[in-house]
Amino acid sequence: MEFLRILIRRVGYAAILLLAVIVLNFIMVHLAPGDIADTIAGDMGGATEEVMAEIREDYGLDKPMLVQLGSYVGGVLQGDLGHSYFFNQPVTKLIAERLPATLLLVISAQLLALIIGTLLGVISARKPNGITSHFVSLLALFGYSAPVFWTGIMLLITFSLLIPIFPVAGMVDVTLEGGFWTRFWDIAHHLVLPTITLASIFLALYSRLCRASMMEVLGSDYIRTARAKGLSESQIVLKHALKNSLSPVITLAGLQFSAVVSGAVLVETVFSWPGLGSLALQSILARDTPTILGILFFSALVVIVGNLLTDLALRLIDPRIRNQS
Amino acid sequence: MNESVPVNTSDNIRARHPMAEAFEMFMGNYAAVAALIVLILIILAAIFGPMLYPTDPFEMVWAPFSPPGAEGFLLGTDYLGRDMLAGLLTGARVSLAIGLAAAFMSVFIGITIGALAGFYRGWIEEILMRITEFFQVLPTLLFSMVIVALFGASLPIITFAIGIVSWTAVARITRSEFMRIRELEYVTASRSTGASNAKLIFSVILPNALPPIIVQAALMVGSAILFEAGLSFLGLSDPNVVSWGQIIGSNRQYILDASFTVTIPGVAIFVTVLAISLVGDGLNDALNPRLRRR
Repeated sequence: MEFLRILIRRVGYAAILLLAVIVLNFIMVHLAPGDIADTIAGDMGGATEEVMAEIREDYGLDKPMLVQLGSYVGGVLQGDLGHSYFFNQPVTKLIAERLPATLLLVISAQLLALIIGTLLGVISARKPNGITSHFVSLLALFGYSAPVFWTGIMLLITFSLLIPIFPVAGMVDVTLEGGFWTRFWDIAHHLVLPTITLASIFLALYSRLCRASMMEVLGSDYIRTARAKGLSESQIVLKHALKNSLSPVITLAGLQFSAVVSGAVLVETVFSWPGLGSLALQSILARDTPTILGILFFSALVVIVGNLLTDLALRLIDPRIRNQS
Repeated sequence: MNESVPVNTSDNIRARHPMAEAFEMFMGNYAAVAALIVLILIILAAIFGPMLYPTDPFEMVWAPFSPPGAEGFLLGTDYLGRDMLAGLLTGARVSLAIGLAAAFMSVFIGITIGALAGFYRGWIEEILMRITEFFQVLPTLLFSMVIVALFGASLPIITFAIGIVSWTAVARITRSEFMRIRELEYVTASRSTGASNAKLIFSVILPNALPPIIVQAALMVGSAILFEAGLSFLGLSDPNVVSWGQIIGSNRQYILDASFTVTIPGVAIFVTVLAISLVGDGLNDALNPRLRRR
């Protein structure tokens, strides 16, 4: 019951954050120089003042600010993010087409970073001065310092051009025909380099934290008890220690969601991955404001839902924080 | 070791200045010192490079994609036949200047919000921390892209767009330091002597909260440089200036013809940010010796 109450509170809080994103979008559009009428008039090659006034009336721009804000928020809540002038489609539909690709990239990069990061963290916690430890420290410096788009281009040059084992761009091979599994392996094949590139930013971060928390847990009393019971080292590390040292790593991974989504924009551009990031770039270059704002809204939604799921997952696996608000 | 017992002359018992101790500790960290030297060289190259090597980075000087070393162009030419070395030197100014300015802005916002929240607590803290959380869920790069797209790609707007999304970490660190320090005895002592809140915040607590903030600020410069590189890689840079990310972005389509046009500016960004983060690590060890355990 306590858990249910916390769940409702967290969801409510997430909803308020989303509402704030919508309001921020609205404020930014109205602060920016020029409005829809200017854009449309520009596309038409100029318009008289009367036509401009007519367009403004059509779009409700002559109404008071608060009324406009109300109808904008109402529209977004009903899934209406406006119409894209550039793609000539509803923004919601455009985003719905692109969102799965971004989700696939973000989730697979997070999973890869978490799994490999934890693995390296555990190995280096067992031998704090071993070669894996030094490797992880180097990797951390690299992950922090190298621009992610540059890492991507370097991987692309190496593994698509010099040694052509991975495709250069895109998510699917359009010439390929076949059933579900053929397509599945095709997408997986295209996914490898973008996922590694995006994971390279966070991998070492997770593994350093995992190492630190693992070393702390390995020094605690219950681990000494487990050793005294005569359990094997692998049982102690994998079964007893790992579970407790994972909580901080998962917390950090949850906090990184906004950075992962940001990194995805760059990675998608490098690999022509058909996700929200490349849509964002296209619509920015085309000055397509409704689409840009719709993407900001949806990516914030991805981050908020990601945070929420992390929070709930932590509560489920860690009884110590289960009923904390 | 020695038979003579150390005598307590005034020289012996005088405590050493903490900054002297920090300086010594920093100088003992060879990686940080080496990084500092590299960083100074990069800054000197940014300041004096364009004067000593006055080729216009926008001017077409030779055939496109000349490899490094050919025809006296040390780093070759790009897809428009522009001198890469000139671009790199001029780009260093823009990248470093935006990095510094954006980091300064985010540190300023972060300290203000963190200090007010940590000092006053209560509803002020509640509101400020909610605002901080709000900025944490906005995907930073997308938010900056939107700002630059709506308000135009000029250097002040780009700097603002980076600074406004990067302050949350500084705010959190400042807040937790203020929350810790405001309970200490010397704060209570100066409060009891009638010090105003402003005095407590600025001259009693803030100086003591600075060490971790300084370290974070150093790292912020590095991430702001990366951020600017990302924006200009996407084409969201001031068209009238050259920056490292912009060189990579504009040459990206031609990696088949000349991968060095992308590799070289990438190495420049990498080395600069790496040097900054090593110096930051060194500062961290020197300024926060208590945290040095692992």
